[in-house]
Amino acid sequence: MSSDGEDYYYEDDYDEGSMDQDSPVSEGMSEPDIVYDVMSPTADEPAPKKPYDVSYKVRTLQEIINMQSKEVRKIQTLLEMPASTATILLRHYQWNSEKLQEQFWNDPAAALLSAGLSPPVSPSTRTGPLPPSPSLLISPRRPTRSSHNPALSPVKRSRAPQPSGPFECPVCCMEFAKEDVVKETFALGCRHRFCRGCWAEYLTGKIRSEGESSRIQCMESGCERIVREEIIDELVPAGVSKRYHNLLNMAFVADAPNLRWCPHPDCEYIIECTQAPPRMLNQLVPTVECNCGRQLCFGCGYLSSHRPVLCKIVRLWERKCADDSETANWLQANTKECSKCQSTIEKNGGCNHMTCKKCKYEFCWVCMGPWSEHGTSWYQCNRFDEKSGVNARDAQAKSRASLERYLHYFNRWANHEHSAKLDAEFYKNTEKKMEQMQNSGNLSWIEVQFAKQAVETVIKARITLKWSYCMAFYLKRNNMTELFEDNQRDLERAVENLGFALEQNIEPDSIAQLRQDITNQTAYVQKRHEILMDDTLKGYLERRWDFSVDI
Amino acid sequence: MALRLSTKRLMKELKDIQEKGTPAGIIPLSTESVDEWVFLICVLGDETIYKGEQFALRLIFSDRYPIDCPQVTFIADDQYQPPLHPHVYSNGHICASIFGNEWSPVLTAVSICITMQSMLASNKKKERYV
Repeated sequence: MSSDGEDYYYEDDYDEGSMDQDSPVSEGMSEPDIVYDVMSPTADEPAPKKPYDVSYKVRTLQEIINMQSKEVRKIQTLLEMPASTATILLRHYQWNSEKLQEQFWNDPAAALLSAGLSPPVSPSTRTGPLPPSPSLLISPRRPTRSSHNPALSPVKRSRAPQPSGPFECPVCCMEFAKEDVVKETFALGCRHRFCRGCWAEYLTGKIRSEGESSRIQCMESGCERIVREEIIDELVPAGVSKRYHNLLNMAFVADAPNLRWCPHPDCEYIIECTQAPPRMLNQLVPTVECNCGRQLCFGCGYLSSHRPVLCKIVRLWERKCADDSETANWLQANTKECSKCQSTIEKNGGCNHMTCKKCKYEFCWVCMGPWSEHGTSWYQCNRFDEKSGVNARDAQAKSRASLERYLHYFNRWANHEHSAKLDAEFYKNTEKKMEQMQNSGNLSWIEVQFAKQAVETVIKARITLKWSYCMAFYLKRNNMTELFEDNQRDLERAVENLGFALEQNIEPDSIAQLRQDITNQTAYVQKRHEILMDDTLKGYLERRWDFSVDI
Repeated sequence: MALRLSTKRLMKELKDIQEKGTPAGIIPLSTESVDEWVFLICVLGDETIYKGEQFALRLIFSDRYPIDCPQVTFIADDQYQPPLHPHVYSNGHICASIFGNEWSPVLTAVSICITMQSMLASNKKKERYV
């Protein structure tokens, strides 16, 4: 490090200020031993319970930060570079250390250059040595742009270099006396010097308004040098620095395929799962439970479990349900246009002799021809069997059948969705009943917990049932689908029966009977639920399901 | 820092213009205001398709100039028309990278004018963006 040249990427070591240089030895000792590898599962994960379950870990933000330091230390040791350089390289290669190593060994200079660790653009700074003595740190900035584009060089660059004179910040034009230069101004390894106030203003803008983190460059026009983490921390106020680190961590989680933020509001946990990469999502539904107690899908970030349906089908279904195209389908199936004024008409009864309300045009609903041509054959269109008429009828029937099919599944899906929304009320009612039972039936608190358990079972089963209708909509008709629908029907019936039992009024003399009944039915629903889930999810692994869409 | 980050810097830029003048083809038209300057821009030489034409470039400076890029447009009114250029809209809006992610606080009003001038000079076809 005594001179630049080969190891110019150490240059930022000469940035003045009291930044700590990372020492690999001391850091390595102080860090807890967390096993982390981007591509392989962590060693202490418990074995999955079912073949279709995924193992995962819920991580805290601190653990995510430790993961990053661990990766940094690995690269730091392997490539023999300071931690800050390793960090910038890793961020540039989106934490893919294999790719980074490959590219680095291939062409170190190009790898560093592309990561913004370039040597200074100006030839003048490259030829001379870069001694770390403070006297040279106050050397004025040299024009960098002028070498390629004289037109862009700002006017004030014409000032001759004065190694130890006063300094004028080229951004705000404040003057700094010779003795204040080190204290009040700052330059990166590229030696583009600005006052600290302007740096703070610039960095704050980048972080606060533009949400940038890992790719903030030097203020100089055309200079691609990345501003290092420690420097940003030193130059900006604490609040901005906190936001900056949040952004860095968000980028790290977003870049890592095995990490996902818990999508629930106010939850700061991160799920780590190595068993559900995107290519596996055509046979896995990686539902996981965060430490906040709520479920999510690791595959697509859906806010609750959407088992047993694949992420892709869920996406298709949600789009279909939200889409206006269904309105269009309905119009197509149920209406026709007046052949004169094109108003949309729904025929809701009556004979085929139509009179348009808008333009008073009279026509036949069957053949859409003018009524006058029908002569005396009222109420019985004699053109009915003409080929064009038959075709039109077929198209309309098909469209109507497809709409009916969709509505069949959608209504059932929406019904369960609606019931799930009434969860809170269901809980409250049941709690009231549990109190009532404790008062009138002389049951203890523990003895009435069966009701709460029953409600939970019903709610869980309803969510699965809801998604099972989405699944059925996309399944092709075959024997497997019939088996699926049998399981679905059994669960549906069991859930309805249990729901009914839970709604019953409590009579003091029948409490024991009711309790027995509900407990039995709860166990039955749980069993049916298990069967449906088990069979469907195993079906993906065994490739039993045949969908009408590509998965 | 001064009350307005931009004030001292603009004063300095103005002083530079008054002392050293502006490059050929760039004429300061109104630089009295502290938040809005107008320059006249012509492309010199015989090669250019804008020969003999003159455009008015308006720069509006925010309080955060030069950290934030000024708002730069060609004036489109009865007196001035924006140039016919693939990166200039008919209302005078300009699509250029230095007003976006390539903005640097060391760039000045004059260097913006020079960039606009060279953007016009390198154009060979009179086409509108929209």
